[in-house]
Amino acid sequence: MGNNVLEHSAASEIFNKDTERVGWHDETLWFVRSKRDKAAHQIQDWELLRETASAIKNHGLSNLHDYLIQFEQNALNNGVQVHWAADAAEHNAIVHSILSKHGVKQMVKSKSMLTEECHLNEHLSQHGIEVIDTDLGERIVQLRNEPPSHIVLPAIHLKKEDVGETFHQHLGTEKGNKDPQYLTEAARQHLREKFLTRKVALTGVNFAVAETGEFVVCTNEGNADMGAHLADVHIACMGFEKLIPKREHLGVFLRLLARSATGQPITTYSSHFKKPRPGQEMHIVIVDNGRSNQLGRADFRNSLKCIRCGACMNTCPVYRRSGGHSYHNAVAGPIGSILAPNLDMKQNADLPFASTLCGSCSNVCPVKIDIHDQLYKWRQVLVKEGHATIAKKLSMSAMTFTLSNPKVYQLGGKIGRFMMQLAPFAVNNPLNPWYKQRDMPTPPKESFREWYLKNKG
Amino acid sequence: MRVGLFIPCYVDQFYPQVGIATLELLEKYGCEVHFPLNQTCCGQPMANSGFEHLTGSCNSLFIDNFDGFDYIVCPSGSCTLHIKDHLHAENHQDEPKAQHIRKRVYELVEFLTDILQVKDLKAAFPHKVGLHQSCHGQRGLQLSQMSELNAPHFSKPEELLSQVSGLELVALSRKDECCGFGGTFCVTEEAISVRMGQDRVKDHQQQGVEYITGGDMSCLMHLEGILKRQKSSIKVVHIAEILNSK
Repeated sequence: MGNNVLEHSAASEIFNKDTERVGWHDETLWFVRSKRDKAAHQIQDWELLRETASAIKNHGLSNLHDYLIQFEQNALNNGVQVHWAADAAEHNAIVHSILSKHGVKQMVKSKSMLTEECHLNEHLSQHGIEVIDTDLGERIVQLRNEPPSHIVLPAIHLKKEDVGETFHQHLGTEKGNKDPQYLTEAARQHLREKFLTRKVALTGVNFAVAETGEFVVCTNEGNADMGAHLADVHIACMGFEKLIPKREHLGVFLRLLARSATGQPITTYSSHFKKPRPGQEMHIVIVDNGRSNQLGRADFRNSLKCIRCGACMNTCPVYRRSGGHSYHNAVAGPIGSILAPNLDMKQNADLPFASTLCGSCSNVCPVKIDIHDQLYKWRQVLVKEGHATIAKKLSMSAMTFTLSNPKVYQLGGKIGRFMMQLAPFAVNNPLNPWYKQRDMPTPPKESFREWYLKNKG
Repeated sequence: MRVGLFIPCYVDQFYPQVGIATLELLEKYGCEVHFPLNQTCCGQPMANSGFEHLTGSCNSLFIDNFDGFDYIVCPSGSCTLHIKDHLHAENHQDEPKAQHIRKRVYELVEFLTDILQVKDLKAAFPHKVGLHQSCHGQRGLQLSQMSELNAPHFSKPEELLSQVSGLELVALSRKDECCGFGGTFCVTEEAISVRMGQDRVKDHQQQGVEYITGGDMSCLMHLEGILKRQKSSIKVVHIAEILNSK
């Protein structure tokens, strides 16, 4: 772990101090999961649709070299300027250079988890450039100087009271007013002025189509369109895994995306951008930032199929009760926990352990990523790479010794259940985390083995 | 048919009555049951903590103990799944034995429904009961349909529980949410683990159950720890004990 980052377990312990709020957070996200279930169950061929999406992504990832070149060529033909960024630093420098070229110090940005991953806002701010996030949830967390806690619902950790207070401080709304309509109207007026005055708009990319060179941006608020249509320069940033081979494949992905994310049949806006309008400049920045590395890891390459719907977060019983910030990564939850170690193993070594491996994430994933299996596999990799704490290593070695030696195990059973002393639920001591909020099982007068020897042996 | 009885380590040490009920059930349906005395554990606690590379000797021991049976039956979905997915021999020539075990290991409920095809349980348990679906049994071994999928309903544990006279099975508001035990997760992520358990318990409480049952004693041990701390009158009982009740 890095020095300044609180591990998931510690951060979620703090989050769990407010038990009422944890309950609210859990119920709110469970409601989204339930909406997703309802939407998914209305599509007769839902499971086939998932399978198809997974297969298209599989094919895309296996032939990425060709599709990337095809996409670039088509985009160039459409009059779009294409940039390649090997890592976050290059991505940030490219965006900065476009802004500098136009002498622009202010920019609007719609939701893009890639720019969160690359810490673009911080980078530009250091160079005196102000970025306004125009997605309402993102704007709320930006005003609070917080990162998003969810990839689709960035401010889901906040209640309307919190938003009211934030807007009172930053936008001058009435103190104590938490009426959603009133607050949304305030945000509209505030953002309207930004849209009208900014010369450059940055958007993310949900899908980039190789055969046409176009890209599709999905939003519910229309903020990507508002930004892109009013600006002289449109910059679209995408991780290279956003590529799909054909336009017709959108018929699969657009059906899955919003249903999986929020239970809507489709996002309110699914906007296709193909070429700059006359007088406008359009840029696409294609980013690697560790993705090639992940593509080369056989066990983890499928994580690149992700279409960022957030369904795995909404269903995850751990995410719902620990909040997105506990994951200290741009993408939280189960999918974040299999992507993050690829970016920084040391810093994110705790994340694959922040799961019970219940498997619900893999079941809701619209592109059938084997998320919980990858969590298990990351654990093996992290331990082998030396990212397990020494205490854990020692107890594991002791456990292995005991469990692979029947004589030790059975002797232990008699002289105080030695093996079980290594098990957390057996140590009756206030320092034992099991005992803090749970009682111990009552030890029986004899083990099953002892009973068996007496009665059947 | 010769059945090797595989009893999880924590069941052996803390819940012998579950082992006894399993053995009696299998014998009742005509199995010749053997309990290999040198068995310890499937190695899952190490593997799930990232130490699968240390489980080689544990695996060899498991193969020595359970080689040659027609079936291996275990009253735990989690331990069964681990063996099914991860049991491998350390030396190449023993791999067929490991493969045989992986194919022939069954969780108790699925063994009763699929292999023994039990349709007429003579059991009585006149109580209001909530079923806790353990994730490894449900999503791993697919003992019942999962709420996430758009697929037809089925449930092997319910199929058996419906044969128990007097038993009233309640409908939970979240029928297959994880309890938060998760192996070493229960202590490494104590706050979340406990909260998940408390929420599961609450769901059962709201339905007015007297007992929480399930196929995995590890989940039930976690829920029991919470129930006892709350001084609740609700008890946990392994499904084998219900199916074996007279």
